[in-house]
Amino acid sequence: MAVTTRDPQRTTAPSVRIDGVSKAYGTGDGALLALDKVSLSVAPKEFVCILGASGCGKSTLLSVVAGLDRPTLGTVDVGGARVGLMFQEPALFPWLTAAGNVELALRTRGVPKAERRRRAAELLEAVHLGDFGRKRPHELSGGMRQRVAIARALAQDSDVLLMDEPFGALDAMTRDLLHDELERICSERALTVLFVTHNVREAVRLGDRVVLLSSRPGRVVEEFPVLLDRPRRIDSGDVATLAGQITDRLREEVGRHGS
Amino acid sequence: MDRDIANIVGSVVPGSPPSAVTNVLDRQIAGLDALEMAARSRPGPLRRIWASAWPVLAAIAIAIGVWEIVVLSGWKPTYVLPGPAQVFPQLGKDLSEPAFWSGLGLTMRRAVIGFALAIVVGAAIGAVVSRVRFLRVAFGSLITGLQTMPSIAWFPLAILLFQLSESAIMFVIVLGAAPSIANGLIAGVDYTPPILLRAGKILGLRGFALYRHLILPASLPAFVTGLKQGWAFAWRSLMAGELLVIIGHHSSLGVRLEYARENIDAPDMIAIMIVILVIGIVIDRLFSAADRALRARRGLDPS
Repeated sequence: MAVTTRDPQRTTAPSVRIDGVSKAYGTGDGALLALDKVSLSVAPKEFVCILGASGCGKSTLLSVVAGLDRPTLGTVDVGGARVGLMFQEPALFPWLTAAGNVELALRTRGVPKAERRRRAAELLEAVHLGDFGRKRPHELSGGMRQRVAIARALAQDSDVLLMDEPFGALDAMTRDLLHDELERICSERALTVLFVTHNVREAVRLGDRVVLLSSRPGRVVEEFPVLLDRPRRIDSGDVATLAGQITDRLREEVGRHGS
Repeated sequence: MDRDIANIVGSVVPGSPPSAVTNVLDRQIAGLDALEMAARSRPGPLRRIWASAWPVLAAIAIAIGVWEIVVLSGWKPTYVLPGPAQVFPQLGKDLSEPAFWSGLGLTMRRAVIGFALAIVVGAAIGAVVSRVRFLRVAFGSLITGLQTMPSIAWFPLAILLFQLSESAIMFVIVLGAAPSIANGLIAGVDYTPPILLRAGKILGLRGFALYRHLILPASLPAFVTGLKQGWAFAWRSLMAGELLVIIGHHSSLGVRLEYARENIDAPDMIAIMIVILVIGIVIDRLFSAADRALRARRGLDPS
């Protein structure tokens, strides 16, 4: 069987280039260093999972890449790409319907009204929610809400999708289906993804590459290319084996804080 | 590209999974959605109306019962404290009089105009104070402090400023109700969930659009709560005003109450008190219903 993992080495210009990014909160002796000279390049269409224990600055890193936060040192270059960001919470506007939430994202981009309606319906269809456009967020299940959030992120026509533990609050069955769904959407739309998680198997299941961050401060410790065929299953032996190796390395890293 | 190579080899490629695989995924996701949605149902409208109505009816029955017992106990003579049997016929008589309705009309007109003014003033103050940090520090606690000021204490000043006039009443209604309304708006703006603000920024909402599409809708429930509280203050201020500021021969509800006392017509006095209480409660219920509908639409319902 052919190896279908996309090889980042072959592409030329990276889609996201994070160069020596440090982020400190506060100043002087009380300053907390969240990120310490993190450098990372993500190739176009690459799916990179960032893995780390708590306090590794994963969320800070995504905020910096999204432009919500400014790095203390270093630069982030997304080459003019549009960047979408998803959180663990769907963060949908509760006063709007599912379709309304997606339409608002189109509206801020100046899409005319009739076009908005059509595109929103299409996007909801793409995340299997075609029949639920008129429902409000609270009427949907957690997994459905997170799919509306995906549709909303896609509505921004982002080339780069940043995901901050987007499936962390979902049950295993829902998460498993959403992995398949996300993988399909990413390849259909040629998205570049930076996916933060603390779930090692999830990282191996989804990523072309897994980047391990240390904690306090966050630093890139090691990168693991994931050369497994797609589609993968989270419960397959290959995924488990690689996840085991990464877990060992992660524990080693966490252990440094115990002494 | 590697994707093309994989296509040539003919294996399963993420870019174009065979339709059979997609169909299976479609069905599984649809199945899970159906299971999650099935569990949500609520009782019919009749049951809900009855469930909320019977405690109210029971409370009214108990209150009238206690009233009757106090009257029967002979604590006060019945020309001072009449029982329900005297008051309700008087209430019926009042309700059949055109003069009563024109008085009620005058009172309600004042209530509506005064409350509308209070909304304009309160919302304007709330909008400015919530936006400007300096004003916030300077006036935030003052606005809350104003709420504790009994509205009747404003009347001496109001009468000095405006004499015995409609303006004096309006002045006190606005001073009574506007702080609550301003506070409601400020609280709403303050408690816009930070995660929604982050999402809004990512979506590109800025400046006016940020207010229109995010901050104002997010603060609406708190604003309605402020309106409801403001209404309670407005209604109290208005009644105090109508008892104190008696203008010519306009027989508003407050004036009728005052006349009933002067004529020692206790049944009429209590009948008018009941009318005042009922109007206050009905309008409060309207705001509560609006508040509940708003929260239910957003899934903020505690039930």
